[in-house]
Amino acid sequence: MSGILNSTVGRKFAMAISAFFLMVFLLQHFAINITSTFSSQTFNEISHFMGTNPLVQYALQPVLIFGVIFHFVMGFVLEYRNNKARPVKYAVNSGNDNSTWVSRNMLLSGLVILAFMVLHFIDFWIPEINTKYVQGDMSGLLSDGEGYRYYEELVHKFESPIRTAAYSIAFILLSMHLVHGFNSAFQSVGANNKYTRGLKGFGKLYAIGIPLGFIFIALFHHFNH
Amino acid sequence: MNLTLKIWRQKNASEKGKMVTYDIKEVSPDMSFLEMLDVLNQDLIEKEQEPVAFDHDCREGICGSCSMFVNGRAHGPDSRITVCQLHMRSFKDGDTIHIEPWRATAFPVIKDLIVDRSSFDRIQQAGGFISVNTSGNTIDANAIPIDKHDADKAFDAATCIGCGACVASCKNSSAMLFVAAKVSQYALLPQGKVEATDRVLNMVKQMDAEGFGNCTNTGACEVECPKGISLENIARMNREYLAASFKG
Repeated sequence: MSGILNSTVGRKFAMAISAFFLMVFLLQHFAINITSTFSSQTFNEISHFMGTNPLVQYALQPVLIFGVIFHFVMGFVLEYRNNKARPVKYAVNSGNDNSTWVSRNMLLSGLVILAFMVLHFIDFWIPEINTKYVQGDMSGLLSDGEGYRYYEELVHKFESPIRTAAYSIAFILLSMHLVHGFNSAFQSVGANNKYTRGLKGFGKLYAIGIPLGFIFIALFHHFNH
Repeated sequence: MNLTLKIWRQKNASEKGKMVTYDIKEVSPDMSFLEMLDVLNQDLIEKEQEPVAFDHDCREGICGSCSMFVNGRAHGPDSRITVCQLHMRSFKDGDTIHIEPWRATAFPVIKDLIVDRSSFDRIQQAGGFISVNTSGNTIDANAIPIDKHDADKAFDAATCIGCGACVASCKNSSAMLFVAAKVSQYALLPQGKVEATDRVLNMVKQMDAEGFGNCTNTGACEVECPKGISLENIARMNREYLAASFKG
């Protein structure tokens, strides 16, 4: 098993494993966020649980951060080798005749998602860490002490049309990334045979449905408040 | 028909190349693409110019020598054929045709449109074979029962002619479809299972050493492969490789 991460096949396998992890995370993130559109109380309670539970905070959160960083770093490592493999480009290359634009531009859609994540961290994660671990306020309550703060903070963020638009564009790019990435991850772990054909349809549903759901949440709070 | 050809000219492996424009007249639609190049070369020789160097051998789609990127696609605009099977009726009078060699670090240009594909040979030598005792007591292959589905898949994989269109079409110059076809054709048959672990590890190791890129699963290789080798072979190779790696 030694050196598996030094091989092209092994690196793609590692990339796929981190992708599976991130796709599961995305699904649970969506499942939590969608509650904000029909029950602020449910959203607040789940958010408080996730924000204060030691297992989530000290075990799952570091794993998530590692998974995100690993996926991006490995993406660049793979891209570096790919660029070296073809130093002289074709004068004419009809890529659209044999492959989709999204499959050829995973790095581009990935970079937009990376930029979005920086914005998302500045918007939510850093203030959350600041409140809980710098100021030491683990109560999750509003400054006036009247109920939890999570829903109010979410709604406040999506008052800005620029932020709402930026999030929506990023989710479109996320969808494009997933349209190729979902099935590509299965191919990289060797799951492409008669038993996995049904996954392709589910992959398209996931890749379009989840980002569309996130866009709905952003627009819902923007126009409702 | 009259055509404009833009052809990659490169004197040798060390010098830089460039696209050079040629006009060719009265091309018959019934000509094969290589015959059209033969006519061009005859004209260049008569004008005491250097003819365009290009690879060819069987001219019937089997040897995989005619490695050309025509108008942005490996083996030209038609599906499931090599350049020697491409005919000029696929083009129109007045067309401009771009002709380039395969582009990959692992396929360095030797001259004009000819590339060195010996990296494929070295990958084959690393494991693309089975060891058979030929001392006189060899078991007849037909005496070994093989599941029809496996036999069909193995034969499909074995139709790979090693032309390199997969590498040429892949945006990363990945050789995964070629290597996967070779790994699959043996992995599916009982004779190949004996050395399956070492084979896949050694062939992938050699593939990486040659400087081919990673597989991004765009599927371009499958579309451009003149023999229609399926992406399922790459998934099989991934399974074989991962199992072999964990086995040690």
